[in-house]
Amino acid sequence: MSEISRADVEHLARLAHIAMTEEELDKTVEELGEIVDAVKTVQEAAGEDVPATSHPLPLTNVFREDVIGHTFTPEQSLANAPDADAGRFKVPAILDEEA
Amino acid sequence: MDPMIQLTAAQMAAKLRAGEITSVELTQAHLRRIEQVEPTINAFLHVNAEEALETAAGVDKIRAAGGAEAEKLHPLAGVPIAIKDLIVTKGQPTTAASKMLEGWMSPYDATVVEKIRAARLPILGKTNLDEFAMGSSTEHSAYGVTRNPWDTERIPGGSGGGSAAAVAAFEAPLALGTDTGGSIREPAAFTGTVGTKPTYGGVSRYGAIAMASSLDQIGPCARTVEDAALLHELIGGHDPKDSTSLPDPVPAFARAAAEHDVAGKKIGVIKQLSHGEGYQQGVLDAFHSSLESLKEAGAEIVEVDCPSFDYALGAYYLIMPSEASSNLARYDGVRYGKRVLPDDGPLTIERVMAATRAAGFGPEVKRRIVLGTYALSAGYYDAYYGSAQKIRTLIQRDFDRAFEQAEVLICPTAPTVPFKLGEKLDDPLKMYLNDIATIPANLAGIPGINVPGGLSEGLPVGIQFLAPAREDIRAYHAAGALEHLLGEKGEAIWQQIPELEEVH
Repeated sequence: MSEISRADVEHLARLAHIAMTEEELDKTVEELGEIVDAVKTVQEAAGEDVPATSHPLPLTNVFREDVIGHTFTPEQSLANAPDADAGRFKVPAILDEEA
Repeated sequence: MDPMIQLTAAQMAAKLRAGEITSVELTQAHLRRIEQVEPTINAFLHVNAEEALETAAGVDKIRAAGGAEAEKLHPLAGVPIAIKDLIVTKGQPTTAASKMLEGWMSPYDATVVEKIRAARLPILGKTNLDEFAMGSSTEHSAYGVTRNPWDTERIPGGSGGGSAAAVAAFEAPLALGTDTGGSIREPAAFTGTVGTKPTYGGVSRYGAIAMASSLDQIGPCARTVEDAALLHELIGGHDPKDSTSLPDPVPAFARAAAEHDVAGKKIGVIKQLSHGEGYQQGVLDAFHSSLESLKEAGAEIVEVDCPSFDYALGAYYLIMPSEASSNLARYDGVRYGKRVLPDDGPLTIERVMAATRAAGFGPEVKRRIVLGTYALSAGYYDAYYGSAQKIRTLIQRDFDRAFEQAEVLICPTAPTVPFKLGEKLDDPLKMYLNDIATIPANLAGIPGINVPGGLSEGLPVGIQFLAPAREDIRAYHAAGALEHLLGEKGEAIWQQIPELEEVH
């Protein structure tokens, strides 16, 4: 049986900024439970002494000369914006008035 | 069907150089084919006819004029290509097959697209995929499924089903794909074509819309190993715009693909990926007859044990969603992409973001974002993401040991032949199991190639060769040899595809 509750999924959807319908939440509880049960087998093989690998090939940080490269014009930057005004991105209120 | 489009890319290039055909003729023939079969196949999300013909005319003009500029043309100049719609292109929409990016026009080209433009390959258009490359069947596209040209009731694989189907159905001789857990190799297997996932960093990822950054890799799709190798040579190499790009020079992949000699070479059969639950008998039969052919040609077949592969699927489905949930956080309806306002209540950015992401993402993308958010959340991080990263180490160690025993490894690319549309759509776990043989390469960063290995009940079976990191050339060599050995017995697999009904 899965340890993922409906409250967990509601919390995750909030963290992920996805407004889920009641139906989606119900379905996700079920599916996520099944998937997590299947993937948590990794814990069996991950011993204390095994180092973690975050990246497939060992890499070092890459630097470049501090010179201006290719840049976009304000028009290009705003060309795909859902809303813009006076050369700026226009967004809804950041804070709820009651908050 | 125009016989011109049934040639390999290398043959097309030779005919263009010899002046037997022009690039405009060749591009027009492909555009006609696209028009005729797209109502059935739906491999393209956008067709770029005008610009493609312009590029083609440019190549023809240079060639007709002769002289130094004609000499300087890239060997593939004038050969058309299709681009997976996860790779950004100027002048054409890039959607990632998501409603989130509907109508989005990239202000820049991906590095691989810049290289393709510089080499003057006409770009035919953008191909369909599972939304943000999340899927194994192309059924998760927001713009309709792509059908497998071998059997239009079946899926073409995914996520790069559009690129693979376009190449198999003679809509394009070449295409670009991206591979995070098998999205180039599995569709290649399901469509009887060739597809390579290069060594991580071997091809620039600049301009590939990110899903899981430590796994994503752009690579070539084609009908033959030589064609894939030629395209890989064109797109490969160091790119300062991708900090994970390898500084190594690009080897002569196509020459290795043409060598065909496997006598004395050690080929390792991966014990964990060559039998067992989920493997169809027809797939195993084709696999064993491929092994037989290699053995007859003098290769030594050995068995290699990779016990950690049993945990690869679990590790992948923790690491990939974790990285995807972070990468997809950028789709917030602020600077580009969809913005949806909630129906009621206050209009705060948070509520707009939640409404935007609810409307813009499809079910599989939401599933993976929520799963990734879970795996990364406080209290679970070590148990899930941390453990998965340890499995990644164990898988790399398994590969290291295996490559001490064999020069390349071999296994079926997918455990089954292409399944029916809708068959696995309601069962995410079943869908994920498709990737069992392809994901270890992504977790370890090593190269893998799919080459057709035969047919089962009239459907293609794919064989995968894996090589150590930076040794993509070994995979091309082995795949070229197997393709040659199977070709000696009759027509190539890709030539055996049933005729599609054309709409005139």
